[in-house]
Amino acid sequence: MTAQTEVVQAPAPELGRARLRKEDARLITGQTNWTDNIRLPGMLHIAFLRSPFAHARITSVDVSAARDEPGVIAAYSGADFAAEQGSLPCAWPVTPDIVIPAHPPMATDEVRYVGEAVACVVARDRYAAADALAAIEIDYEPLPPVLDIRTALDESSPKVHEAGNLSYDFLFAQGDMDTAFHDAPIVLERTYRQQRLIPAAMEPRSVVCSCVGGEFTLWSATQIPHVLRVMLALVTGIPEQNLRVIAPDVGGGFGSKLQVTAEEVLAVLIARKLGRPVKWTESRSEGNMTVHHGRDQWQQLRLAADADGRIRGLEVDLLADMGAYLMLVTPGVPVLGAFMFPAIYKMDAYSFRCRGVFSTKMPTDAYRGAGRPEATFAIERLMDELGVELGLDPLEIRERNWIKHEEFPFTTVAGLTYDSGNYEAATAKAKELFGYDALRREQQERRESGDPVQLGLGVSTFTEMCGLAPSRVLGSLAYGAGGWEQASIRMLPTGKVEVVTGSSAHGQGHETAWSQIVADQLGVPFEDIRVLHGDTQVSPRGMDTYGSRSLAVGGMALVMACDKVVEKARAIAAGMLEVSAADLEWTPGRWAVRGDPDKGVTIAEIALATFAAHALPDGVEPSIDADATYDPDNFSFPHGTHLCATEVDTETGFVKIRSYVAVDDIGKIVNPMIVEGQVHGGLAQGIAQALYEEAVYDDDGNLVTSTLADYLIPSASDLPSYVTGRTESPAANRLGVKGVGEAGTIASTPAVVNAIVDALRPFGINDITMPCTPERVWRAIQAARGGDQASAAEQHEARQSDQTQGNSPRGVTPGSGEAQQTGGTA
Amino acid sequence: MAEITVTVDGVNYEDHVEPRMLLVHYLREIVGKTGTPIGCDTSNCGACTVLMDGQSVKSCAVLAVQADGTQITTIEGMANGALHPLQRAFHEEHALQCGYCTPGMIMAASDLLRENPHPTDTEIREGLEGNLCRCTGYENIVRAVRRAAQAGVSE
Ligand code: FES
Ligand code: FES
Repeated sequence: MTAQTEVVQAPAPELGRARLRKEDARLITGQTNWTDNIRLPGMLHIAFLRSPFAHARITSVDVSAARDEPGVIAAYSGADFAAEQGSLPCAWPVTPDIVIPAHPPMATDEVRYVGEAVACVVARDRYAAADALAAIEIDYEPLPPVLDIRTALDESSPKVHEAGNLSYDFLFAQGDMDTAFHDAPIVLERTYRQQRLIPAAMEPRSVVCSCVGGEFTLWSATQIPHVLRVMLALVTGIPEQNLRVIAPDVGGGFGSKLQVTAEEVLAVLIARKLGRPVKWTESRSEGNMTVHHGRDQWQQLRLAADADGRIRGLEVDLLADMGAYLMLVTPGVPVLGAFMFPAIYKMDAYSFRCRGVFSTKMPTDAYRGAGRPEATFAIERLMDELGVELGLDPLEIRERNWIKHEEFPFTTVAGLTYDSGNYEAATAKAKELFGYDALRREQQERRESGDPVQLGLGVSTFTEMCGLAPSRVLGSLAYGAGGWEQASIRMLPTGKVEVVTGSSAHGQGHETAWSQIVADQLGVPFEDIRVLHGDTQVSPRGMDTYGSRSLAVGGMALVMACDKVVEKARAIAAGMLEVSAADLEWTPGRWAVRGDPDKGVTIAEIALATFAAHALPDGVEPSIDADATYDPDNFSFPHGTHLCATEVDTETGFVKIRSYVAVDDIGKIVNPMIVEGQVHGGLAQGIAQALYEEAVYDDDGNLVTSTLADYLIPSASDLPSYVTGRTESPAANRLGVKGVGEAGTIASTPAVVNAIVDALRPFGINDITMPCTPERVWRAIQAARGGDQASAAEQHEARQSDQTQGNSPRGVTPGSGEAQQTGGTA
Repeated sequence: MAEITVTVDGVNYEDHVEPRMLLVHYLREIVGKTGTPIGCDTSNCGACTVLMDGQSVKSCAVLAVQADGTQITTIEGMANGALHPLQRAFHEEHALQCGYCTPGMIMAASDLLRENPHPTDTEIREGLEGNLCRCTGYENIVRAVRRAAQAGVSE
């Protein structure tokens, strides 16, 4: 075996290269492995019958006629699963006395939202299954729905669950609020609405389950194969070692596939009952109704400031709509926001209260940003208000309050320690890219000339906490799991590398970015690395993908595993080179003798020698593979300055985004192309919340926006082109990375709404309720212009019945407008 | 059951189908062309877009029996030895993340470029209005279509 190799030129570093994605090869040719593509021999299809009532008692269910329909193998009601279906898990009991109601995967005696599964048919094909649903007979006794969480806590309100409509009351306070508010020269009070959203990943959910000899394999369009496996074992009692969960290619998640769903549990139970593989794929309208929703908060805010604009205290009082049940992290989502309301600003005192309230709607849970967009929206809207109060430019008021770059690390009033950041730099860069001063001048001209199209400039100097999460912190927040991530490196005899990650990708490009990281660490070519994920048999340990955690946590696990590989290779290289391990020096890809760089062995040669294992030093195991688990000791804190210019047509209410600049500081970059894509997609979703999307229930609790004709996901023609830029304050981890998956979504919603409100300030308007549809904007202008009595009355009505208004099919806008002009200075 | 003859990606198929069967289900379940996915049930998302006699159609809005006697091209028939210029452009411009919308986007874009070989960005955005993407924010999709147009995809 040779111990002499050529000294090769160290390859150019992969980190920072815009590598094209490895995963594209199958995605652009139609060779993708979506769950719904899977066909197993003898596979049956499940169709669910769902509650047409928001709230009702089930008085009888008779599925027997369905069993006689052609092609039907079985039909079940909730009673058929009662003994084995358990309760869908909630892993985040945020307070000790939280009410977590039982949540059977299939309802047995009461339904609490439209779409809840009440029976199912299993048939030879999906058509037969769907047809036979009509033969099922169910009697309901309707109960009153609970649709407005602002009145749900009243004594007189009907109850969603016997224990009442309050799930929890979470409090957090820091500093002396009385002093902060006492005699404060400025006190602002505002109420903001975070409308309910539907995540709407393009791939509908799909589940396949097979059961062979007591061993279950579940394929699911999920973000969390590992968490799902644990939870399925706990819910169904199937021993964990007999459960394998596979997330094949997954078509987007955005939090919506961070869930343990009724359909997944029931697919397992049905496969067990029948001993045959089963499949269920939802239709879009089924999905809009029954994939968890996001946001849905009423935010009451009070802010006290000095006469120069310095913030003294902030009081946050939230009502968060839980929907009918608590799902995997439902209660934790608004509570995660608790840490983000103070954002980048210094203040003496802060108090946060969140009441989680039940309603007879689909449960809410994580949706891109999860708690942080809600908080960021509120504080960034409020900072604009404070600026107006003092006659200061929105950037000026922010700068007076934000943490200066020389003050890092900085512990905020919410108790987080921000490791790095430079808000001045990001803002300066954004202003320059945007042409801020020139746009302000244009705005002034348009105001003076009474232009019917007014210009508004919106600012969002956001931060977020991501890289979820230090396990200890999660423990202190009563979260039911840790926040670590796992990686394994398998050195193959031919010098190629298999990388196993516990972070399960669904569009983020892990196969490419992880290859880049490992290539640099081990000095092997990018092309020689294969990344494996999303199958608990291949990747037995993991915490999966959400909360912008993959790189900051999973990426660090890779680095640690590579360290171990290199260290193990050292011992074997020492044997190969017949020198002491202490005399070796590592340059990526190669161990060589210190002072004699010609004498060395490459990692590939070491891998082959390890495979042969003919001449390893005594006591050295014949493997240089390694596993590592990384538990971060802090969150990471991406930040940035986003600037949005909107043209608001005051005659039609139409809002056009004229330009959008996003300068993000996400620390070091692995792949700038992927980063930019994440920013674009995030912006689109945040802008969609500001302008287009809202899940609307009618007065009976029916979801009105159950199709993509009613729920307005923006198309290419609805969105602007973006200008992106970067500043870089490396995070305190070894890669210096922070995370980028949610930044765009968190930042953009307030930037857009601030821009719209900024355009309309001369009308005395200080808020438009999202989504800011043309009709809402137009009505706000009418009302502000002194409007007629009728429109004022309508607005009043609109405010009373908020949950029934909102967006509507393209071209039709029956929603009601709402201009908020209350609240002011004390 | 109705008998149909359809050419899919250059191969002839004769099948008996239920009259109500959608073309997309025929392609996915009978022919096995799972490269064409389904994203909605109201013909809004465009994920299922294929070419029927050269023109883009949403295959969830067409019955299999209506495809009788036609030539269907799916994403799986686009690469001809080498990747189609649009496939290459989507890859090179990072115009996909999860890739669920991608087959439909590419098929719709190919029809767009056939009708308008040198579209402006606005024309691209409007031409792809019937195709939804939840991941990319469309920016890179527009770039990819522009790049493919510059490469002369329609020639
Ligand atoms: S599946 Fe055909 S348009 Fe959505
Ligand atoms: S890439 Fe995911 S929907 Fe377009």
